[in-house]
Amino acid sequence: MTKRKAVLEVKNLQTSFFTDDGVIPSVDYVDFEVREGEILGIVGESGSGKSVTSLSVMGLIPSPPGKITSGEILYNGTDISKYNDKKMRSIRGNEIAMIFQEPMTSLNPLFTIGSQMKEAVLLHKKGWSKKQAHARAVEMLKLVGLPRAEELMKDYPHQLSGGMRQRVMIAMALVCDPKVLIADEPTTALDVTIQAQILKLMKDLNTRLNTAIILITHDLGVVAETCERVVVMYAGKVVEEGPVEKIFTNPEHPYTKGLLASVPDMRFKKQSLYSIPGNVPKPGSIKEGCRFAARCSEVFGRCTVESPPLYQTAAEHKTRCFLYDTEEVANHDRAIVES
Amino acid sequence: MTTPDPKNLVPAEQEVQMERETGPWRDAWKNFRKNKIALVGSVIVFFFILLAIFGPWIAPEGINDQKLTERLKSPSSQYWFGTDDFGRDIFSRVILGARISLGVGFFSVIGSVIVGSALGIIAGYYGKWVDTIISRVFDIMLAFPSILLAIAVVSVLGPSLVNALIAIAIINIPNFGRLIRSKVLTVKQEEYITSARAIGMKDFRILISHILPNSLAPVIVAGTLAVASAIIEAAALGFLGLGAQAPAPEWGKMLADARNYLRNAPWTMIFPGVAIMLTVLGFNLMGDGLRDALDPKMKT
Repeated sequence: MTKRKAVLEVKNLQTSFFTDDGVIPSVDYVDFEVREGEILGIVGESGSGKSVTSLSVMGLIPSPPGKITSGEILYNGTDISKYNDKKMRSIRGNEIAMIFQEPMTSLNPLFTIGSQMKEAVLLHKKGWSKKQAHARAVEMLKLVGLPRAEELMKDYPHQLSGGMRQRVMIAMALVCDPKVLIADEPTTALDVTIQAQILKLMKDLNTRLNTAIILITHDLGVVAETCERVVVMYAGKVVEEGPVEKIFTNPEHPYTKGLLASVPDMRFKKQSLYSIPGNVPKPGSIKEGCRFAARCSEVFGRCTVESPPLYQTAAEHKTRCFLYDTEEVANHDRAIVES
Repeated sequence: MTTPDPKNLVPAEQEVQMERETGPWRDAWKNFRKNKIALVGSVIVFFFILLAIFGPWIAPEGINDQKLTERLKSPSSQYWFGTDDFGRDIFSRVILGARISLGVGFFSVIGSVIVGSALGIIAGYYGKWVDTIISRVFDIMLAFPSILLAIAVVSVLGPSLVNALIAIAIINIPNFGRLIRSKVLTVKQEEYITSARAIGMKDFRILISHILPNSLAPVIVAGTLAVASAIIEAAALGFLGLGAQAPAPEWGKMLADARNYLRNAPWTMIFPGVAIMLTVLGFNLMGDGLRDALDPKMKT
């Protein structure tokens, strides 16, 4: 498969929060790219910086206290991280759109679905008539598989179920044909059957409209089902990146291994579920060494002193762990031979 | 399995139809309608509004038709509420006074709601130093007893009905400002505000079309209750001689003029006093009902 062109590149992104306790980098030199029409999964525990990364891309970091302190966000080759609010507004919704975790609260309770959909259309399609906007809104509602779209336009959000509201959110996000859709835990608040439907819908829209999707989640099952490539984040850093099959069959970073081991396997009855010992460190609390060192089962001397870079371990596979440092491996082998 | 009886399908269909016709405001109206006491309040308010509008056609005499031979007559079939020390018909004056009191009540509240909401929204949405300045000014204004502040404003502007109205509007600004500021602070954290920003909406547009409507419910309630207190404040200013000037039939002013005849002609005081009490009561009952109807926590 030939490598597709990157639409969105995040380079060396650092987003920090300026609090009374000092500057806390929530996202620390994160690199990844989203290619045309692909589904990229960003996985990590709570507090790993997934949401802050996506909000940084949208320019929606609450400021103060948050601020992008370094790095670039390239959309089609131009850096949008330094855009002012006006320029950014033309990107939001139009080029990059976003949907959120809580479909129950993502719609304004006082207005009908129709008026909110039309508002979204007219925001970017200047000069469209109300009628055109209405037609487009209905078309989008149909596209996301909502029945009786015409009637739904007159409904208020509280009359819809969570799954329907999330579909409305997706329809609203896609109303202006964005090239990238960021979905921040879109299925977390939904029950499992609805989750599957929404994921299927997103995958379906991805192939039909060729919209690249960044799927942020903590659910590895969701990733396995939908994504092509995965970025694993831990404590504000990318720890592993690679194609989904590679990550699942041959995880390299001890953290990814731990994550995969903690997914309950229904085939075997086990006494207890595996869990990685410890918690995600508080952002900014680890000053040196690998951030995962304290919880890592394969930790050795170097891990607590130096911060590992991302090692390219295969064509499309990168890991932030000294175990994949070729020199380290050679040293290790030598040590074994000498002993 | 039996096939469903088509007759049974009809009510279900109707139910669906009925359920469709809901909206946040419609729900509030439904709740309000259930509250009998609030309805009584609304009837009183509505009655006085009618008086205010149609007063000149209802009142048997004008506001200043003096008949010196008919001074201080007790209530009778000719003068229902009696006459005052100039021989003016109190019934007519109370009716015509409704326009003044309600007018001061409504317009002062509208003024303070507009200015207070604008300041409160700006303070709540933009935060930072803007918020600090606006909030501190509110705090300073609230540090004074409101009637004192009103007296101060009127003494600067000069005593008249319009100036009393302005003074009452000014003293109520911080109440509304703080109310809407606190509401905006919670509304702006809502996810639909973030999603509105995520589809590229402008700050101003978000303020007007998303934050304002969602912050309005407590203002409506407080506004209704504030009309009541504004009417009392106008009457108080009138009583002190700082509001409406003679011969305007302002209820507070009528009370002040009746002071000297309290023992001999109590009707000169009772009827304007009852009018003030009833209007205030009406607005308070209605406001309480609105609060229950609009309060999301009260939803069943």
